[in-house]
Amino acid sequence: MLSPKPYSAVQIEGLRKTFDRPAVDGLDLTVQAGEFYSLLGPNGAGKTTTLRMVAGLLKPDAGAISIFGIDALENPKAAKQIVAWVSDEPMIYERLTPFEFLEFVAGLWGVDAKLAEARARDLLAWLDLTPHMHERCEGFSKGMRQKVALASALVHDPRLIILDEPLTGLDAGSARLVKEVMRERVRRGDTVIMTTHILEVAERMADRIGVMGHGRLIAEGTLDELRRQAGQGGTSLEDTFLALTATESTDFA
Amino acid sequence: MSAAGSLAWFARHELRLAWRDWSALLTAGHRRRIRVVAVAILVVAALMHLIAYAMLSDFTKEGVQADKATLLSLTVSALLAWSVMLSQALESVTRAFYARADLDLILASPADARKLFMVRIAAVAVAAVGMAVLIAAPFINVMALYDSPRWLGTYVTALAMGLAAAAVAVAVVELLFRTLGAKRTRLAAQVVAAVIGAAFVIGLQTAAILSAGTISRFQVLRSDIVLGLVPEADSALWLPARALLGEPAAVVGFLLLAAFALATAIVVFSARFATNALAAGTATRPAARRQDIGQPFRRMSQTRALREKEWKLLRRDPWLLSQSLLQVLYLLPPAVLLWQSFGARHAAFILIVPILVMAAGQMAGGLAWLAVSGEDAPDLIASAPIVPRAIMRAKIEAVIGAVALIFAPFVLVLLITAPREGLATAGGILIAAGGATAIQLWFRAQAKRSHFRRRQTSSRLATFAEAFSSIGWAGTAALAASATWLALIPALFAAAVLAGAWLASPTRP
Repeated sequence: MLSPKPYSAVQIEGLRKTFDRPAVDGLDLTVQAGEFYSLLGPNGAGKTTTLRMVAGLLKPDAGAISIFGIDALENPKAAKQIVAWVSDEPMIYERLTPFEFLEFVAGLWGVDAKLAEARARDLLAWLDLTPHMHERCEGFSKGMRQKVALASALVHDPRLIILDEPLTGLDAGSARLVKEVMRERVRRGDTVIMTTHILEVAERMADRIGVMGHGRLIAEGTLDELRRQAGQGGTSLEDTFLALTATESTDFA
Repeated sequence: MSAAGSLAWFARHELRLAWRDWSALLTAGHRRRIRVVAVAILVVAALMHLIAYAMLSDFTKEGVQADKATLLSLTVSALLAWSVMLSQALESVTRAFYARADLDLILASPADARKLFMVRIAAVAVAAVGMAVLIAAPFINVMALYDSPRWLGTYVTALAMGLAAAAVAVAVVELLFRTLGAKRTRLAAQVVAAVIGAAFVIGLQTAAILSAGTISRFQVLRSDIVLGLVPEADSALWLPARALLGEPAAVVGFLLLAAFALATAIVVFSARFATNALAAGTATRPAARRQDIGQPFRRMSQTRALREKEWKLLRRDPWLLSQSLLQVLYLLPPAVLLWQSFGARHAAFILIVPILVMAAGQMAGGLAWLAVSGEDAPDLIASAPIVPRAIMRAKIEAVIGAVALIFAPFVLVLLITAPREGLATAGGILIAAGGATAIQLWFRAQAKRSHFRRRQTSSRLATFAEAFSSIGWAGTAALAASATWLALIPALFAAAVLAGAWLASPTRP
């Protein structure tokens, strides 16, 4: 059982998950409330596995996860009530319209129908989907699908939004819109955790950045703090990231 | 070594892919199992030959006379088998144009795509023959061994039937491309294939019921009225039937006709093959369809939201609907019988009971796969604040609700007309549907809804268990309707199938 730190949105201690090999290996991580936290790492570092465990999509082998003080393993239903999960592959139903899809998701989260409809209309307008809200999703582009998935993630007004590579395959316009939506949510006090391989996005958007390797957190902090840790003062995040992950690879070799 | 891009080269490429698919399917990816599979095939083959011998022993002693009644029965049987072959060929030819796996690569290459399609259409013919030959082989072999070697000609006749099915399938698909366009051809071909697969059986059953008040398919064919209407035994119309009997001249004649038909279809339509495939490639994403302006959000519980989602998705997918409701087509003959005999207790009602129970089990299995395994947004559902048990309960309710809606009218009419049969049917439907749903729950494996067609190959054990459990409960209901304790035997069998499936299921704790 964790004793949550004040204002922590997510607190992870000793988290472990093993498939064929350890994917997450004794991870400790804290994300503050109202923070935009970006989780970086090479492929197979354990980022997605970690976030899937936080979102309640995967059971850890060991460890503890607290979300806004709620023990997510003891009380997953309460934790899920305030969390939203958006993956790189938008999971929507082709034969529902965005409007119907949001009604379904609102029903799943038990949101009051009137409130949910008002939110849905606002979100669809915000994401430029109003002209398509009564069309089935089957003909939508990847960008439109991702926007529908994003709207569905926000319709229950989550306090914590987890995004796993949300910008993969999006055109510049859709990517900018997704980033704007996330910035806006952070401005109003929500917490965002995002994994990305686009380091420029993390560099420009994140309050703090965590770098994972081999299932553990190998570095964490603001961009300047990371540069200092990597001994790469004044260089780009890309150089810093490569220096940090190279060190980790050497340590494991 | 054949030249790259030639017919032989494409044929070798396709053969290699087909062999690897088959071996993966048979061994479930474990190559070491090939010996076990080979032994199992030999055992099953021996058993099938024994069964065939037991069934055909009278014919082997007396021989088969090519009289009108025999020729008619053989022709109808051949049409029955051919309608299934045609149905399968239609699906396969359509898939050859729409499957994108390697088609874009080949179409983008300088190789002549017509040659690939020629090879694939020949493969369609062989595949269509395959299943029919597998089932018929023990019977052909027994007749060849104990009656006359001429029966081996039946294998050639089966091949000719496959070629003819592929020829008609190519022509039908081309016609659909030209009249409906690439966007609608896929769905139309799948619906046509499903209807052809079922229509012949249904038509024959309905005719038999109307004429004789019995559900037996062949009794009507031996009636004097029907035999008086068909041509004499020396008519050329009996060529396929005589070819089935292995008469050498008929076999050769039928094979030449079928080969000519397929060659003509390929020569006439091959110029359009690549065009169709390209059109199919751009038609895989249908244009967005505007719905009526949505109703305001309704207040609903989490489980109701899930149930309504399942029903809405099913209603809106005509192909899934046609596949799921295919079993319902088989209910048409009993429906005709019920309609004909309403108000009068009828001995043939006892035949309706197992048909309804079997159909309910099969339908519930298909719907349960869609609801449980064919979930397109599993992460969304799993991340919702609802306990997994409630999710499963809502999905099961959606399945059972749909089955109940379809079968309720039949059960109601039966309950009024023949209460005992009605009660046995209601109980049987409930248990068969519950059993099939349980099997799908135990063997659930996440897949896209669009992979519905492949569900039966994803777990052969689940497929067999579902079929045998439905058959067992159908037998139980039929015997229970006759108020005999013998009903316990199929009930125990079905329960044992369910228990075995549960023990073998990967989700068992």
